[in-house]
Amino acid sequence: MKILVKNGHLIDPKNNINSRFDLLIQDGKVAAVDNGLEASDAELINAEGLLVTPGLIDIHVHLRDPGLEYKEDIVTGTRAAAAGGVTSVACMPNTRPVIDTAAVVEYIINKARQHGSANVYPVASISQAMKGDVLSEMGELKAAGCVAFSDDGLPVVSGELMRRAFEYADTFGAPIISHAEDLSLVGEGCMNEGEVATELGLKGIPWVAEDAATAREIMLAEFTNSHLHVAHVSTRGSVELVRQAKARGVKVTCEATPHHFTLTHEAVRGYNTNAKMNPPLRSQEDVDAVRAGLADGTIDAVATDHAPHHYDEKNVEFPIALNGIVGLETMLPLTLDLVRTGVISREQAIALMTSQPAAVIGIDRGSLEAGAVADLVLIDPELEWTLDAGQLKSKSKNTPFAGWTMRGAATRTLLAGRTVYQR
Amino acid sequence: MSFNPKHILGIKNLSAADINFILDSADNFKEINSRQIKKVPTLRGKTIVNLFFEASTRTRTSFEIAGKRLSADTINISASSSSVVKGETLEDTAKNIEAMRPDIIVMRHSASGACDYLAQRLNCSIINAGDGTHEHPSQALLDALTIRQHKGSIEGLTVTIAGDITHSRVVRSNIYCLTRLGAKVRVAGPRTMLPPGLEKLGCEIYTDLREAIHNVDCIMMLRIQRERQGKTLIPSVREYSRFYGLNPDNIKLAKADAIVLHPGPMNRGVEISSQIADGPHNVILDQVENGVAVRMALLYLVSGGEQTQQN
Repeated sequence: MKILVKNGHLIDPKNNINSRFDLLIQDGKVAAVDNGLEASDAELINAEGLLVTPGLIDIHVHLRDPGLEYKEDIVTGTRAAAAGGVTSVACMPNTRPVIDTAAVVEYIINKARQHGSANVYPVASISQAMKGDVLSEMGELKAAGCVAFSDDGLPVVSGELMRRAFEYADTFGAPIISHAEDLSLVGEGCMNEGEVATELGLKGIPWVAEDAATAREIMLAEFTNSHLHVAHVSTRGSVELVRQAKARGVKVTCEATPHHFTLTHEAVRGYNTNAKMNPPLRSQEDVDAVRAGLADGTIDAVATDHAPHHYDEKNVEFPIALNGIVGLETMLPLTLDLVRTGVISREQAIALMTSQPAAVIGIDRGSLEAGAVADLVLIDPELEWTLDAGQLKSKSKNTPFAGWTMRGAATRTLLAGRTVYQR
Repeated sequence: MSFNPKHILGIKNLSAADINFILDSADNFKEINSRQIKKVPTLRGKTIVNLFFEASTRTRTSFEIAGKRLSADTINISASSSSVVKGETLEDTAKNIEAMRPDIIVMRHSASGACDYLAQRLNCSIINAGDGTHEHPSQALLDALTIRQHKGSIEGLTVTIAGDITHSRVVRSNIYCLTRLGAKVRVAGPRTMLPPGLEKLGCEIYTDLREAIHNVDCIMMLRIQRERQGKTLIPSVREYSRFYGLNPDNIKLAKADAIVLHPGPMNRGVEISSQIADGPHNVILDQVENGVAVRMALLYLVSGGEQTQQN
């Protein structure tokens, strides 16, 4: 079984490729990358005018499976991924039960392999049941296939437990992903603290809640000489903390979401519950700082924090609405917007969604050299389309971008050479 | 001019002309409240539901009396007796009430934005009787009416609002209302009770009550919630009273003819001493009286104003 992708513009940052190349796939792997490739027995894909890149990688998604399948499951979540050009996702452990046993890790990996449209890499919890008391069985979880540890959304309060988590996870070669937030400073806050919250009469979440926690995590990573990955940085301060830590050699990486580099807390006006997420949408200065962090390499990855919620969970009074938005199907155009506005180069944009996130969680994806698994996406970078939330492949439709005109889309997504999405 | 809004959700989107129109209408309704027979047929045949998800004796009673004096049928629903305790959503509760064809729903709710939420989903008129710490338009209007009654005009006055600004539901509405009518507004409280960016609404921020009330025309004292004592905002009611309570000593800093308002319920000896609450500066019961007239005006105006009266 051969597929020949001809005439496309190949961007493969891992291998420093950013020019016109043909790509031959054989038996689910990249067989050759060269000019003027011919293979009479291959299915021909004409990629004229399109970008050809490694399949995108989103290292922060909530697939809600097992246990919360009314919001999303592995089948619909990976279908949404494929439609967004994403071929690999790392899914967070706040499922029911929590991903804290090898059985759950294996269930997720197997279901994704059998029924999914993307590779799924489970992130297991730092603490058992995400209760912040006892470490999860990290060795066994890693052996079962998890790629990192996180108590995403329920940050570990105890400094001692977090110290040991770094040391123990490092023992098995896995990073700690921290949703850095000082819960006592968050209190009952439900949006960014600032003039918009003041005007709307909504309780605020101050930036220092994120910065203070990020600082602690960096110190602990530095102290334990272990890999920290900071999830969804959203403040000027936390970007700067990561920048400084990297400069002095701390093993720290971080990610930013498209909504945090696209929207500000102004989007909450009208009590729009689809603009409610955690961390909250911040001020313009924070958005600018996140963009600067993407531009100068402080931020390693774009990740969506894809957080599907049911209509009923969003169609309520703002303070009681659940946090989060779906993101898999809007990551690509929103990141390409940064290219159009001159924030980052096109190659940087692709690296932020392929090779760099792959490196964060240590997976052999995000590259298209000969012999690599043929996860790739064909992108029309200028294709205009209007986001109709009802048309999203995700089971949930909670997006603040409904009605937006998007530019850029995956036109075809291949997972190990198999077409899993075609526009 | 006329002003017949569909809803009254807040003061933010009202112009000075709109506000003056409401206040003038309220002035006209005040006369009814001093008659022997306090009832006019203006809203006969209209149904008003007072949907209160939080206890509020004063505001609910005021709206109820206002509706009854205009001959509307007023029904009170409180959260404790409602289906909310059974887990029904706000939208479902409100749609069930709307299916019984009320003309106006007057709502008090603990969530900021709850009235905007209902207005987007229902067809009947909504009057906001206080949504979380967002707006409380009828309170701001009755405050303005009271100030106008005592000072003749609001233009050029300086008004100080003091207390727990962050958790107040009346502050934002009052800032919009008073500044739009040409007053200068100062807010005062300890920094733990001052939300960031409040000055962008058009007020000056003070942390020293004595400075804040210096030479002002009006002082509005906000209730300090006793349950906040010993939490992170204030160490004790005793200390709060010492630095932020209005008393016969510090009131001398204000103009001699300054008036003192309080949206109630008061904590005597905490934010306001009894000598002030009962003294010559206080206009607190005038506020309550004006509240009925203001609410009559709001019910009348959202019902269509002139047309209704002619019919």
